[in-house]
Amino acid sequence: MQNVQKAKLILEDGTVFEGKSFGYEKSIAGEVVFYTAMTGYPESLTDPSYTGQILVSTYPMIGNYGVPNDVEEDGIFRYFESDKIHVSALIISDYSFEYSHWNAMKSLGDWLKENEVPGLFDIDTRALTKILREKGSMLGKIVFEGNEIDFYDPNEENLVSRVSVDDIQTYGNGDHKVVLVDCGVKNNIIRCLLRRNTTVIRVPWDYDFNTIECDGIFLSNGPGDPAMVQETVENVGKALDDVKPIMGICLGNQLLGRAAGGDTYKLKYGHRSHNQPVLMTGTDKCYITSQNHGYAIDDKTLPEDWEPLFVNVNDQTNEGIRHKTKPFFSTQFHPEASSGPVDTEFLFDDFITNIKKYKKQ
Amino acid sequence: MLNKDIKKVIVLGSGALKIGEAGEFDYSGSQALKALKEEGVETVLINPNIATIQTSENIADKVYFLPVTAKFVEEVIKKEKPDGILLAFGGQTALNCGVDLYRGGILEKYNVQVVGTPVQSIINTEDREIFAGILGEINVRTPRSIACSSIEEARAAAEKLGFPLIIRAAYTLGGMGSGFSSNMDELNKLADNAFSYSPQILVEESLKGWKEVEYEVVRDRFDNCITVCNMENFDPLGIHTGESIVVAPSQTLSNAEYHKLRELSIKIIRKIGVVGECNVQFALDPNSEDYRVIEVNARLSRSSALASKATGYPLAFVAAKLGLGYGLHQLKNAVTKVTTAAFEPALDYVVVKIPRWDLTKFTGVSKNLGSSMKSVGEIMAIGRSFEEAIQKGIRMVGLGMHGFVANSGQAKIDDVEEELQQPTDRRIFAIAEAFHHGHSVDKVWEMTRIDKWFLQKLNNIYILRNELEKFNKLEDIPYEMLLLAKKQGYSDFQIARLVLKSADEKINGDLIKVREYRKKLGIVPYVKQIDTLAGEYPAQTNYLYMTYNGSEHDIDFQHDDQSVIVLGSGAYRIGSSVEFDWCSVNAVNTIRQEKYRAIMINYNPETVSTDYDTCDRLYFDELTFERVMDIVDLEQPKGTILSTGGQIPNNLAMRLHRQHVPILGTSAEKIDNAEDRNKFSAMLDRLGVDQPRWSQLTTIEDIYKFVDEVGFPVLIRPSYVLSGAAMNVVSNRDQLQHFLELAAHVSKEHPVVVSEFIENAKEIEIDAVAKNGEVVAYAISEHVEFAGVHSGDATIVFPPQKLYVETIRRIKKISRQVAQALEITGPFNMQFLAKDNDIKVIECNLRASRSFPFVSKVLKTNLIEIATKAMLDVPFEKPDKSAFELDYVGVKAPQFSFHRLLNADPVLGVDMASTGEVACIGENFYEALLKSMLSVGYRIPKKSILISSGPTRGKVEMLNSARMLKERGFTIYATGGTHKFFLDNGIQTELAYWPDEEDQSPNTLELIRDKKVEMVINIPKNHTKRELSNGYQIRRNAVDFNIPLLTNARVASAYIYAITKMSEEDIIIKSWNEYK
Repeated sequence: MQNVQKAKLILEDGTVFEGKSFGYEKSIAGEVVFYTAMTGYPESLTDPSYTGQILVSTYPMIGNYGVPNDVEEDGIFRYFESDKIHVSALIISDYSFEYSHWNAMKSLGDWLKENEVPGLFDIDTRALTKILREKGSMLGKIVFEGNEIDFYDPNEENLVSRVSVDDIQTYGNGDHKVVLVDCGVKNNIIRCLLRRNTTVIRVPWDYDFNTIECDGIFLSNGPGDPAMVQETVENVGKALDDVKPIMGICLGNQLLGRAAGGDTYKLKYGHRSHNQPVLMTGTDKCYITSQNHGYAIDDKTLPEDWEPLFVNVNDQTNEGIRHKTKPFFSTQFHPEASSGPVDTEFLFDDFITNIKKYKKQ
Repeated sequence: MLNKDIKKVIVLGSGALKIGEAGEFDYSGSQALKALKEEGVETVLINPNIATIQTSENIADKVYFLPVTAKFVEEVIKKEKPDGILLAFGGQTALNCGVDLYRGGILEKYNVQVVGTPVQSIINTEDREIFAGILGEINVRTPRSIACSSIEEARAAAEKLGFPLIIRAAYTLGGMGSGFSSNMDELNKLADNAFSYSPQILVEESLKGWKEVEYEVVRDRFDNCITVCNMENFDPLGIHTGESIVVAPSQTLSNAEYHKLRELSIKIIRKIGVVGECNVQFALDPNSEDYRVIEVNARLSRSSALASKATGYPLAFVAAKLGLGYGLHQLKNAVTKVTTAAFEPALDYVVVKIPRWDLTKFTGVSKNLGSSMKSVGEIMAIGRSFEEAIQKGIRMVGLGMHGFVANSGQAKIDDVEEELQQPTDRRIFAIAEAFHHGHSVDKVWEMTRIDKWFLQKLNNIYILRNELEKFNKLEDIPYEMLLLAKKQGYSDFQIARLVLKSADEKINGDLIKVREYRKKLGIVPYVKQIDTLAGEYPAQTNYLYMTYNGSEHDIDFQHDDQSVIVLGSGAYRIGSSVEFDWCSVNAVNTIRQEKYRAIMINYNPETVSTDYDTCDRLYFDELTFERVMDIVDLEQPKGTILSTGGQIPNNLAMRLHRQHVPILGTSAEKIDNAEDRNKFSAMLDRLGVDQPRWSQLTTIEDIYKFVDEVGFPVLIRPSYVLSGAAMNVVSNRDQLQHFLELAAHVSKEHPVVVSEFIENAKEIEIDAVAKNGEVVAYAISEHVEFAGVHSGDATIVFPPQKLYVETIRRIKKISRQVAQALEITGPFNMQFLAKDNDIKVIECNLRASRSFPFVSKVLKTNLIEIATKAMLDVPFEKPDKSAFELDYVGVKAPQFSFHRLLNADPVLGVDMASTGEVACIGENFYEALLKSMLSVGYRIPKKSILISSGPTRGKVEMLNSARMLKERGFTIYATGGTHKFFLDNGIQTELAYWPDEEDQSPNTLELIRDKKVEMVINIPKNHTKRELSNGYQIRRNAVDFNIPLLTNARVASAYIYAITKMSEEDIIIKSWNEYK
């Protein structure tokens, strides 16, 4: 029997779950959200979009294949989505103290400890998920005995500024120059671009990229409320006057929508999973997508010259938009996947096609 | 949007249950028929498996109990003029038949469209060379492989690829004729055998030790694709997936690996052009992301049935709809009812599938697991930790094991290392034993190559076992440890054995102590829903399982006295399969008709009873006393039905009764009176009903004394079996001595039951329903074989054609007496021996029997419906006497799977060996018999037959048959004695030499191997070693070289009579409802 420290997860509605610690032992507060993916915890934990969130895994058995090695490729980690763990804490049901994988370097628990991130197991994550589903994502805190803390709402601050780069960084040496607006970008977006003959110029979230000479603009994913990221929206707004291709993902979708004049709103409990079906509007093309977002564009507020590109088949929420004439489009889901299904990676090809067309003109 | 041209379709079923093709196709076919019905498409089902749900009323519009072969299907097409045909729902049988129909131009000729995946796509996946070529075009890797059509080519291929190699026969069921070879000698043997199944074989690189992973992929006509589920084999490649423990979802794959294989699966399904469902099997390198595609099944499969049950996603239902032209996004998720079917289920639990083997039922069979399938059934266990699921699963398999640890002597393995390296059906227990010997996880991994993750989890269970064993009192176990034990799937039984050190005779009482104690501490399991979306959307799902890894129930319990629990039949096994599923489902249907809520408990993923649509609540969970009590505690039902699920529920009767569980139907005490040999015997004596003399004996001397009294032959039934069959008939002292020395252990603890065995007696059965001791409906049927062949292996005729009226009258009378004495309410079955008009009772079961669906369907009176109403105590219509007068005949024939069971002696005895059955209806006995025999794979010989007719009785029995064959110009080859006997009786036969007369020609084996005979009749004779060995070789070779074999003289003569009196053309193509 493992001797482990106990800790409590306390929700803002007063619900208390008692669990056992397998990560770093400190109390922490944040927004509690659940995700239903069955694979990819190293990718998810390092996804900057989860900043400020206590992540609940509905899949009960986590840690099975350990944590992969930290080799770098093209200046970024090959097996992680950023340089560190971004979730505030991880809540699971059954932890594998022993792991097994050819590519594993360490256990999930050790990795959490190194990153000073708490992890609790032995919690009925299905029961917890049902609360979040019924009442919506809510604030919560993990409390170790003798270390009381207050609730904290991450959505009230500009999380993007916390996860974006400080300075411009350049990757690759391809023919197409793409400015990547980093609102908390996942490494796989960079990898997907680099695989397509690009040079990626990663700029801080509030940088006026319109000053940079390039062939296309990429708006990254990122954490929190899009309304907090006004500077980026303004910069995107300027780019919309031009015809330079733009592609956005997730928060990038919401920022493009807001720049176009649309509104965004908070979903009850968001989409965080690998199995979200989206339909390309006006077609019978349906794709299974990886998602991780709490906010969405309100379709009805889009101006005349914009239209929905994808819609969620389950709840009819917006999953992407495009300009009716100009080469601007974005998706609420993650075509870069990692983790999750890779069915929509072709959208990067569409972006490059737009760039090629643009360059011909 | 929909294909409006399709108004009427034929659906092909899979025929009898056999190894590699079992109940899963009843489930997939039933789902497809439901989907078609919903769309208003008229359906015609061809399936001779009468015990299935899909061949029941109101599922298909018309049912033909006919062989699923091109010839018969063409006749049905001619008659029914369908617009379309569905080939993907009846396993390899339906697929092969579809390919034959397509190649024969029959589909084109009658303008029948294939609904779903085009036939050419199917052909492309079946021929490995074409398949590898097609995948090569899209840069998908397949094992390096060379197709060969001769032994010489195979040898050359082996030189080129290097050993070890795998040899496969193309176009076969689940790996038949396949195997590993590590040298030229082995290759020669394997290749030779494989060529007997297929003109083409494959010589392939061996990927032994790689992980085996499967994906279930769905595609619609808009090219939208999803993977519904992936599954990982616990055992590395080298063990057929049907023989492997399988988990879903995969546990040891990283995201990159999972999605790489998923992406490949989608790429493959698109390339092949499947519309509907397919299964892709991968080998994955355990040390990199390298992979090979092993196999694609462009149809519903055992894995797809498992995936449906594992996820709640109704694959067959959706596949049928996609075939009709729907897009995935246009269909709803059947569980949530609000979200779309275009999604991939997210699981918040793990499932473990474990195969069920019955290898001890066969003599001579190799128990080693390999690349061909031998298991006869499977179970699926659901939990929220691997430890919990695997321990549940081991119990569910039903071979007397209580989990991974805390088993009795049966789990003992003599040579652990050998067992780990050369796995048999007992491998999992060898792992436990290895830990017990102090082997580390690493050491076990070295010997098994089972991923360490699985081994570590098993080791967790083992470690806790040692902790628990340190305690002697429940109160001393720390609360956390007891809770952890339950979270790791420990049963109360295991805890009692480890902590209370309970002896076998006390353990049933002690486990109740454990139960009471943990309940006092609040350690109880919670009910969770399977909702396909891991709780993301609210779902009104009734698909449930129980876990200790939770803190709340997903559902509420209405204690309104309006629910009835039905206990299912567990894993399919020899002796209990789809027929009990039919009984369970019909009980559930009746309960619902009567406006009660039906709660089903069962854990067999191959069944319709575990389809959550079937009942009001489905507990996909154990049928142990402990779990049934857990569910009864929560549900507090009006009653519980134990009599429709075969022996497993029946065995729980007394224990549940003692806990005051309300049991519907015959009381537990009365069930016990029928089950307890002594009590039953005393009752028969009181009633003045005769039975064969028998005695329960505890010493060898007493056995001899008893045999002196009753004389040989005797039927001998040991309660503790060392090896070989559990039951046997012995005809002389030598045999008795031999059997007692080799096979049985006799002592006070393990008594032996010896009964008088009556030769040349007819065996007769009655399936009946009684209410308060009064018989209200019955069906009497007779065996074609004389007594001595297990009723499950017998060819059964209903209504009986050759019984004296007096015999029937007496049987009815005895049944009424017994029903009254046991105050039966519900179904029951009795078996009798009849010689002249002398009737003896040999068995009585106060539950539904294997033949209930058969007689119900032939009679067109649903005996289970009547039985259920009787048990519910609601009014029902007593069938009119005239209902028992039929103008047609049903014949039920057994299906054997000996071809799968390497080295097994294909001979019938008192223990059951068949894996399935069919039944067909005919105008007369011979027509029905012929249809049934053709349905289980017999072919009509045209020119030559080999007869080796065994004992004198067999020779006499075959004499007339031989004469009839000669009259029709057959060449008869006969072995020495038979040849002489026939000659003496004026029948000219060709002498065929015994296998051991190697230098004499024609040798029997040569005739078989060169296919010079089209059928082999070999009646075994248990005398000298030489005869035994020669007979065995003839029988085994017939099976291995795929030549129809008959080993019972009565069946053989009936079959020959049928084929000489009528031809295939004379068979009347009539649907079930046309027999009036």
